[in-house]
Amino acid sequence: MTLLNDFHFLYLGFHIHLLLLIISVEQIQGGDILAAVHAFRGGVHPKHNKNTDVLPSIKLDDFHEVEILLHQHIGPPCRSVVKPGDYVYVGTLVGAADHPMAVPIHSSVSGTVREIHYVVSPNGNPIEAVRIESDAKFRVDPAISPPHVETKQDFLDMVRASGMVGLGGAAFPTHIKLNPPKGKEPDVLLINAAECEPYITSDYRQMSEHPDEIVDGILEIMRWLNIPKAIIGFEDNKPLVHRIFTHEIAKRVYKTGAKLPIDVRSLKTIYPQGAEKMLIYSLTKRRVPPGKLPHDVGVLVLNVSTVRFLGYYMRHGIPLTRRRITLDGSALNAPGNFNVPIGARIKDLIDAAGGTCEEPQKIIMGGAMMGVALDRIDCGIIKANNAILVFGSKEAKIPAESPCIRCGRCVAVCPMGLMPTGIDVSTRSRDVEGLEFFRVMDCIECGCCTYSCPSKRFLTQSIKNGKVLVRAELTRRANEKKLLEESEKKASGKEVPSDLK
Amino acid sequence: MKLQVSNSPHVRDDITTSSIMRDVVIALMPATVFSGYMFGLRAILMVLVSVLSCLVFEYVSRKIMKRNNTLYDMSALVTGILLALNMPANLPFYMLILAAFFAIVVVKQFFGGLGNNFVNPAIAARIFLVISFPKYMSTWTVRSGTFNFFDSLKGADLVSSATPLAGMADLVSSATPAMDVSSLVIGHKDDLPSLLSMFLGERAGSIGEVSILALLIGAAYLFARKVITPAIPVAYLGSFTLLVLLFGHSPIYDVLSSDTFSWSLLANAFYEPAYMLCSGGIVLGAFFMATDYVTSPLTNKGRVIFGIGCGLLTFLMRYYSNMPGGVSFAIILMNILTPHIDRVTMKKPFGGLAHERR
Ligand code: SF4
Ligand code: SF4
Repeated sequence: MTLLNDFHFLYLGFHIHLLLLIISVEQIQGGDILAAVHAFRGGVHPKHNKNTDVLPSIKLDDFHEVEILLHQHIGPPCRSVVKPGDYVYVGTLVGAADHPMAVPIHSSVSGTVREIHYVVSPNGNPIEAVRIESDAKFRVDPAISPPHVETKQDFLDMVRASGMVGLGGAAFPTHIKLNPPKGKEPDVLLINAAECEPYITSDYRQMSEHPDEIVDGILEIMRWLNIPKAIIGFEDNKPLVHRIFTHEIAKRVYKTGAKLPIDVRSLKTIYPQGAEKMLIYSLTKRRVPPGKLPHDVGVLVLNVSTVRFLGYYMRHGIPLTRRRITLDGSALNAPGNFNVPIGARIKDLIDAAGGTCEEPQKIIMGGAMMGVALDRIDCGIIKANNAILVFGSKEAKIPAESPCIRCGRCVAVCPMGLMPTGIDVSTRSRDVEGLEFFRVMDCIECGCCTYSCPSKRFLTQSIKNGKVLVRAELTRRANEKKLLEESEKKASGKEVPSDLK
Repeated sequence: MKLQVSNSPHVRDDITTSSIMRDVVIALMPATVFSGYMFGLRAILMVLVSVLSCLVFEYVSRKIMKRNNTLYDMSALVTGILLALNMPANLPFYMLILAAFFAIVVVKQFFGGLGNNFVNPAIAARIFLVISFPKYMSTWTVRSGTFNFFDSLKGADLVSSATPLAGMADLVSSATPAMDVSSLVIGHKDDLPSLLSMFLGERAGSIGEVSILALLIGAAYLFARKVITPAIPVAYLGSFTLLVLLFGHSPIYDVLSSDTFSWSLLANAFYEPAYMLCSGGIVLGAFFMATDYVTSPLTNKGRVIFGIGCGLLTFLMRYYSNMPGGVSFAIILMNILTPHIDRVTMKKPFGGLAHERR
């Protein structure tokens, strides 16, 4: 049978090609004909490197001076309320929060204020900072007493006054989170204990060392916000967590006789299990739509360290002045978890924690997947800073990029269901429409795509740049619209001359 | 202290482009070695010539275009091996070198190098030869006589042989219900190799396509190393098998609806697809050429569509066209359609689509 030959097929193919080209130009927005329901697929398995999880945290106090940045949360910065020469205690207010989104900042040492000056933040922005010389006595402000809470408003005010922000890394003001808009009150409280970033174990140590305060914090929030149920979610590479909390909860049930509506649930160990949207999905099967917040699906998510601080604050009334921080990396002599005053300089911290055994090549504030590589280490640590990683020559390598081979790995691992390689191409050709088509703004910057790319492309970086391009374009469009409206107004004003009447 | 500054993430997976290519090369080794056994040392020599010319063309063309050297990514090596494995054993060397030039310079580097070619270089070059030198590309040989090193190197011991595909139609239509399964698998009919020798690779054909066993060993390695996902090969071979079963020379519904149903009759219906899968380059194509990252879709859904398309086109070409072995044409057509498949198989973002939330 020789009805057709191969060249007919080639011609046919090219015609289908042309046809589809024409159709696709018109349909460029509707490219989801075959899209199916999508779960938390994707994710990657970086080496855990949880080298420090069995080491009890060590308290470090031996700091000659601290530098407290006056902007440690998402929102407008604080206003300095001390002057050089003032004596401050642990817990004395140094940065007042004027804006409702801002969170006050307190001194973490007792001593004398030396200077209020501008420093460059790890992100490269100028930020006001208070330099305080420590007298090494750590005298707590005599005005401090455990808070007294009677109403929900009291509770929210107290949370704000404590200086609490999200301690998992995001630094979102907790009092805002606890106060969702009317009609969006959460029906479940999720405690994020996933700690999916490699190296970091500070939340884990927090759970091992202070389960009582964590459960206190959970119960307080459930009580004042009237949330009937709480779930603690942790990754199954930390099986002890389950025992710790069931033990703690059982103790309380025995004491009071009442059941506690707190669930402890183990999750699959996969990065980014601890990303807010992924955690919500894993624990409740609810999906937060792009651009929406957890309260839109009726949940409240708090980091386990944040909750622990709340429990601690309710007992003692000492504001957020210290935190647990993981120091790890091959260049360190003695990796571990350390309980340090906020504002301690990273340089001093590394020295106090045992120093380095080789010249550090890369120092990261935060985790290996999402942290910021620092170019200087004389800045003070901030509230949301859960780790400092000091990489030696073994770990610090910047790979060379090669062309995308379209292997599809980045697409397969993206937990948000995006096409990182498409975004990368669009960013590089400054194609804003392409960026919007590939939904660049939905990216959570988790870094899975970059991690898995065999061509070592800096996809996440390219995506961040793409977001900047889109934001600029959106602003431009908004301005254009405003100008157009104004000129229309002027034009319509001319049509009705005032001297007609 | 000098500190490196780079954007997050600060840790990377160990996998690299060259490690992937290295795995593909390793996976092609069983087939290459078998081609040496089946077609003599000339086959090995062909692989070496093809690889060498691909590497040289890659290096020189990058140099002339003042681009960086990309030999380290080993993609030219993979193209070289695949190219040779797709050729008949008695192809003149100058044609092989011409094909290497076409693959590397015209198809790959003119379009911007690795990652930017829109069709698979090795397949495009094979089709280039099929169109330019149809006679050479359709004489098939096998080794005969005793082994002699120099004869083997020159290919002087190769004698021409009919390709099994050509006699397929007669074979199947003449298969009587009385044939039992074992005679189907190991029996010979009309000078055509048995199914078993087809599977093992004792037949004429392109040097790398003949041994299904060797190819499957390589494919298993690729799966084990997670270099390829099953989507394309399974969809390709699956849809092809289904089509042959339904619309082949002895369709399965004829068997099922006949009054005298017997198991051997059923086995006979499955004989045709099995023989079809073992003949031509379909297994080589499905596991090693259709799965080429650059020219296949990004998502698994897209890959399934791509595979089904390949299966359908291969079926149409094998049954309704004048040239046997439509695998290369099928794959290259689907390569051309890949951007469109990618567009219609965009993943749905977590939590909903952009226009749904407005
Ligand atoms: S960084 Fe963005 S695009 Fe990349 S995997 Fe994460 S969410 Fe997806
Ligand atoms: S992972 Fe890298 S090479 Fe693979 S498709 Fe994505 S960008 Fe391309």
